[in-house]
Amino acid sequence: MTTYAVEVVYRGIFQRTLSRNICRGIVLAAHKGGKIGTAFGRYGDSPERNGIPAKYFAVVADDQLELEESLAKYEPKEVDVTICVDDTLCKGVESWAWYGLQPINALTKEGGALLVTSKQAADALLEDIHRKGMPYRLAIVSGPASFSGLWVYKDDHTDVRILGALARVCPGLVSMEAYEQVIQEIWSNEAKVRSARRSYDQTRVRPVEPAEGNTSVPFSFTKPGWTQMREALTIVGVPQGAGFRGGQGGFQPARSEVFKKFSTRTMRPIVNFQTCTKCTLCWLQCPDSCFDVTPDGRYDANLEACCGCGVCADVCPVADCVTMVNEAHFNDNSSQYDWFQRDKDGYLRWLTETVAQQKGEQRSHGFHHWGQYKEEIAAAAAASEAGHDN
Amino acid sequence: MTTRTAEEAPVAGREELISGSEAIAQACALADIDVVTAYPIRPYDTVMQFLSRLIADGALKCEFIVAESEHSQFEIVKHASAVGARTFVGSSGVGWFYALEAIAVTAGLRLPVVALVGNRALDDPGAFGCEHNDALAVRDLGWLMNWVSTGQEALDTALIAWRVAEDPRVFLPCAISADGAFLTHSQQIVRVPDKRLVDRFLPPYNRGDLQLHPDNPITIAPQVNEDWLMEMRKQTDAAMRRSRDVIIEAYLDFNRIFHRDLTPFTEEYMTEDAEVILVGVGTLALPIKVAVRRLREQGQKVGFLRLKWFRPFPMPEVQKALSKAKAVGVIDRDYSFGSPMHGGVLAHEVRSALYDVEPRVPVVNFVAGLGGREITQPFAREMFAITQQAAQSGASDTQTHWIGVRENQE
Ligand code: SF4
Ligand code: SF4
Repeated sequence: MTTYAVEVVYRGIFQRTLSRNICRGIVLAAHKGGKIGTAFGRYGDSPERNGIPAKYFAVVADDQLELEESLAKYEPKEVDVTICVDDTLCKGVESWAWYGLQPINALTKEGGALLVTSKQAADALLEDIHRKGMPYRLAIVSGPASFSGLWVYKDDHTDVRILGALARVCPGLVSMEAYEQVIQEIWSNEAKVRSARRSYDQTRVRPVEPAEGNTSVPFSFTKPGWTQMREALTIVGVPQGAGFRGGQGGFQPARSEVFKKFSTRTMRPIVNFQTCTKCTLCWLQCPDSCFDVTPDGRYDANLEACCGCGVCADVCPVADCVTMVNEAHFNDNSSQYDWFQRDKDGYLRWLTETVAQQKGEQRSHGFHHWGQYKEEIAAAAAASEAGHDN
Repeated sequence: MTTRTAEEAPVAGREELISGSEAIAQACALADIDVVTAYPIRPYDTVMQFLSRLIADGALKCEFIVAESEHSQFEIVKHASAVGARTFVGSSGVGWFYALEAIAVTAGLRLPVVALVGNRALDDPGAFGCEHNDALAVRDLGWLMNWVSTGQEALDTALIAWRVAEDPRVFLPCAISADGAFLTHSQQIVRVPDKRLVDRFLPPYNRGDLQLHPDNPITIAPQVNEDWLMEMRKQTDAAMRRSRDVIIEAYLDFNRIFHRDLTPFTEEYMTEDAEVILVGVGTLALPIKVAVRRLREQGQKVGFLRLKWFRPFPMPEVQKALSKAKAVGVIDRDYSFGSPMHGGVLAHEVRSALYDVEPRVPVVNFVAGLGGREITQPFAREMFAITQQAAQSGASDTQTHWIGVRENQE
């Protein structure tokens, strides 16, 4: 009796079809080999919200009775492979409800695998991925997350490249031949079969030591019993009105401390405090009251609360004053204003570089010029051809 | 209608000839409600007519919001209640159903909205007559529920409803049911108490730290998953359980302040030595009580038990009143198609309450008075007679009798 469980951690709405395709591919391919399985979504509400971390699962067993052991559970308690289809999710997952931050590898078994689509190298990812405390394996499918803002790259072959890589990291689950057969049956597309095979050939597995990874403690809290919970579904927020971070001067907006939004974010705003004219627009328009007003009248985005919607960058009237940049470059949520206070020149130099670098990057909130989609699909194909050096 | 300010009214209050709907409107003025929402549907709309007159006369100052549908009507009071406003709302029949989404969450959010259900059959076919299935649709959702049978009781119960619903130990909405036409549109002499006494009985609504206010930032009704919802339901359950003592307390205070002698949960009519007892809610009490008197004149030991409160269900009172009877007949002005014995809702509840009573009392179910059909004396006597047969046989009669339904003329 061997049950295999695989989870796909994805960005709600944008990557739901991708995740569904991956999990269905696994179950259908396993069925070719005489096994039986199930594919199902969890942590998504219906309809899902834009970008909120969500999960899809595939469970495969030798026979129906064995499968029922898994079906009787809400979800697998551990998985052989965690597939993460957007590398910014490596920072951890907050589900659509009210949980705290779950490390990306929380369900990954000892000796299991974490498979990430990313343009980063393994060592860079391990700065985000929380320390597991037991050995497991990390593999990267090279390329960007297959969406851009509200737009989804439906034909960048991410789905089949993941399946190919899966045959490499978890050979006991399904053979590469079975995946190829199923990919051909589902899509009738030889190019997709080739992409899967190439991914299989190129995927390298990097062992991760128990002590490796991000050592910060993920945000968590004890779930209260029903008599300790506040009545009437109410959750206390931080009151507005005090000064900057509760001190003198500035302003603290009302906000919930419990619902942190940062794991929803794929891009974050960075602020040029030098060119800021203190017009207040970002502060007024931010849907989550993220901006703390500093004693000198500037606006510091609280990055624990920021969901990365990009409204502040859109409303800011000063060129390049608020810029949305790839979240993957950051390892924490520390205050930009603090840095600016400490080291103005250093901060501004970093800001200028990062803004310039962003202009050449593929990660964006949607498409900004005609033909961008085609260019990015081509780039994804090139990245796939080139493979990835782990 | 005469309108007098509180200062002019004698402490003993005043007597007025008013309908059940008007009595409720008077209670709204006495309770000094902050927000009321309206959408017309018969028979509930009469309350709105009287309330707007009270406001026009200056006897009540409140926000009177005419919504574009029942759904908005109930959404508005739900939100008003969250910010700390004392609210009143209501509907009838399918109007109540149209608002059901808002109605369901009002209990979950623990908002003490007080609503009148002017009981009405669910159309189609278009029907104004009284049936209880409208109110009963919310019986499982955390609403406090009661049925009143006179104009006086409507006024008294409304005041008690705000007091219980707004008690921080409870914070649950309350639906007062009044039989359409029989009560909503019939005028009786009602004693309207003095506002100063009402103020002593009914403290201001204080939502404490659950109040939605810029100075008290809270998240209300977040998205929750399976890790949270069961605990929240358990809290609602606990509030409903606590409401029983709060209701008893409210009636004690009510009797003391207004010099009255109301019983909280039930009205027992000649049940003391009764061998056969009929049970029901609302205005059908009148024909049944008349029948009890007639049959008593003939030496038959019969009685009637009227449930005033339905949620929380007055289990101890029902058990106590009925346990000595030889048989009990439950009259449903409602239906529950396909339910056990194809009976009515009330009968199932009473049967369940009597299940552990030793020796177990036989229960007979009657469906009667649907669509506002009159429960005549012959019908009342027929129900007593059938229940008496069960008393003689000592066994429950499980067939559920439809009383007054027209059979084919031979
Ligand atoms: S991106 Fe800007 S507007 Fe959007 S949540 Fe973050 S700080 Fe607020
Ligand atoms: S919108 Fe731009 S200029 Fe205006 S306060 Fe915010 S950062 Fe400064």
